[in-house]
Amino acid sequence: MSHRSTLAAALVALVSLLVIGPAGAAVPHRIVSLSPTATESLFAIGAGPQVVAVDDQSDYPKRAPRTSLSGYTPNVEAIAGYRPDLVVLSDDANDVVAGLGKLGIRVLLQPAAKNLGEAYAEIRQLGAVTGHRRGAAKVVTAMKKTIAKVVKSTPKRRFSVYHELTPDFYSATSNTFIGRIYKLFGLRNIADAADSSSTGYPQLSGEYILSANPNLIVLADTRCCGQSAKAVASRPGWSGVAAVRTGAVVGIDDSVASRWGPRVVQFVRAVGKALSRRSG
Amino acid sequence: MRPARARLWLLASVLFLAAALLVGVLVGPVHLGAVNVVRATFAHVFGLHSPLSGSDDAILWELRLPRVILAALVGGTLAAAGAAYQGVFRNPLADPYLLGAAAGAGLGATIVVAYAPASSLTGDLLPIGAFVGAALAVVAAYVLGRSAGIAAGPGALVLAGVTIASFLTALQTFVQQQHVDTVQEVYSWLLGRLATSGWRDVGIVLPYAVVSWAVIIAHRRLLDVLSVGDEEAAALGVNVARVRLLVVTAATIATAAAVAVSGLIGFVGIIVPHTIRLLVGGSYRLLLPLSVIVGAGFLVFADVIARTVMSPAELPIGVVTAFFGAPFFAVVLRTSRRPA
Repeated sequence: MSHRSTLAAALVALVSLLVIGPAGAAVPHRIVSLSPTATESLFAIGAGPQVVAVDDQSDYPKRAPRTSLSGYTPNVEAIAGYRPDLVVLSDDANDVVAGLGKLGIRVLLQPAAKNLGEAYAEIRQLGAVTGHRRGAAKVVTAMKKTIAKVVKSTPKRRFSVYHELTPDFYSATSNTFIGRIYKLFGLRNIADAADSSSTGYPQLSGEYILSANPNLIVLADTRCCGQSAKAVASRPGWSGVAAVRTGAVVGIDDSVASRWGPRVVQFVRAVGKALSRRSG
Repeated sequence: MRPARARLWLLASVLFLAAALLVGVLVGPVHLGAVNVVRATFAHVFGLHSPLSGSDDAILWELRLPRVILAALVGGTLAAAGAAYQGVFRNPLADPYLLGAAAGAGLGATIVVAYAPASSLTGDLLPIGAFVGAALAVVAAYVLGRSAGIAAGPGALVLAGVTIASFLTALQTFVQQQHVDTVQEVYSWLLGRLATSGWRDVGIVLPYAVVSWAVIIAHRRLLDVLSVGDEEAAALGVNVARVRLLVVTAATIATAAAVAVSGLIGFVGIIVPHTIRLLVGGSYRLLLPLSVIVGAGFLVFADVIARTVMSPAELPIGVVTAFFGAPFFAVVLRTSRRPA
């Protein structure tokens, strides 16, 4: 891990410690998670039995107690109705953190990770707060190991990648969480040239994608928008793109590609597999 | 206006459109070379061998050309529909979305995105949902407005449109809140999308656009008569209600078709007719044909900006029409100020 990401991880930990506030010590037994990523992490580290409710977008794992609670438009009363002793969030929408604070409910804010280091830090933090330090450490170690193994066993080539978020060509640059994973493989991200907005998620022009001729296309809009290798091949003008010609168009479950929890390993595996086949 | 001057304005507008189309096909995020572009275009039209390489040829023929032509069709339609609405309602603020077409299309599109099973089919259903939504909204507004009685005049219709639009927008917001995962897709559609257009979209809009242009332009003299007032026009033997219904129907169907393929592109329906009014004068005989031609050119230019200014990233077309259109309109407004 680089110095910078260690520092970032430390900062994340510090900020969230401040948010947790004075109540800090006791192990929570009624956790409400309004962050699909946190839900996945909680169950992975063994804190699942302590979780009493998760938000409507938390569709993994299946056994998570999904409710109609919303993380996008959270309602303090509805959350309080579950009598939680810890609420985990990824966004402070509707001033929910202040609202829960007034009720004396502990809140853990875990914003979208910008890199793997931050993702690991958040999992460890969940472990520390819920009394599953060991479980969290195990999950992080396994993630690191698998990712390192996949990256190492994948042949390095100067391939270019196009990561598709929506069918109207929104993409992710190397400065995003998902973009950093492509960087691990040494891929050249075609969205980087379009990063003038520095949001990390520019909308590319179709002309540019065709002329950039990416060797690998990863579709993160399979579930939302029904995209697939077949659908891409039938787009006007796309049949000549290198990735389409060589069968290197990979569809990935949108939620796996948009979260920063333990299942990021699945994403890394899928990319590694596509690259290995592509160069085999 | 003397016929000679009218002809001059027509010629100027045609030249403007031609320039827009030329710039539209020549300029893009990918440099193709002017000579090659012209030769390749002719090659495709006459079935000859294109001088461009495979991917460049696809960029020109599958992406850029249909996009330019679609922008022209949509721009011409929105401008003509805006001018027609302003005429039949004698309201300078009327635009093609006045009677709830935008809200209806938005609701239709949102419902498709939220409830249709996710598959590549959603892409095909979306224009249909938007079209049906827009058409139904305007029909509802019309029925509601007419029930207020003809005596209430065009004002009742406008109020009915506002009522229907607020109601449908509320419904759309509700559906969106229930399906937060659809926000991104709906939002990008609402801002207008020419980014993914192909020949299929051109095929969808073309018949509606051409028929509605013909109907609207055929009514140009009657709209001039209507501009003096309902009663006066009726005294001159004009069936006011019938003219209004015909023109609104033509403008609405074309707007719905345009919205279906390109989302909500604002401002064109207001800025283009008013710029022409300020420069050329208010007679609908010239205003309507000029609106079609200039509107087409305007949107093609706006789209050139949308796909080049941040290249290789895109800017939503709706942002461009407002951001560049509004200051331009302000300049026209100032320079054409006549002494009181």
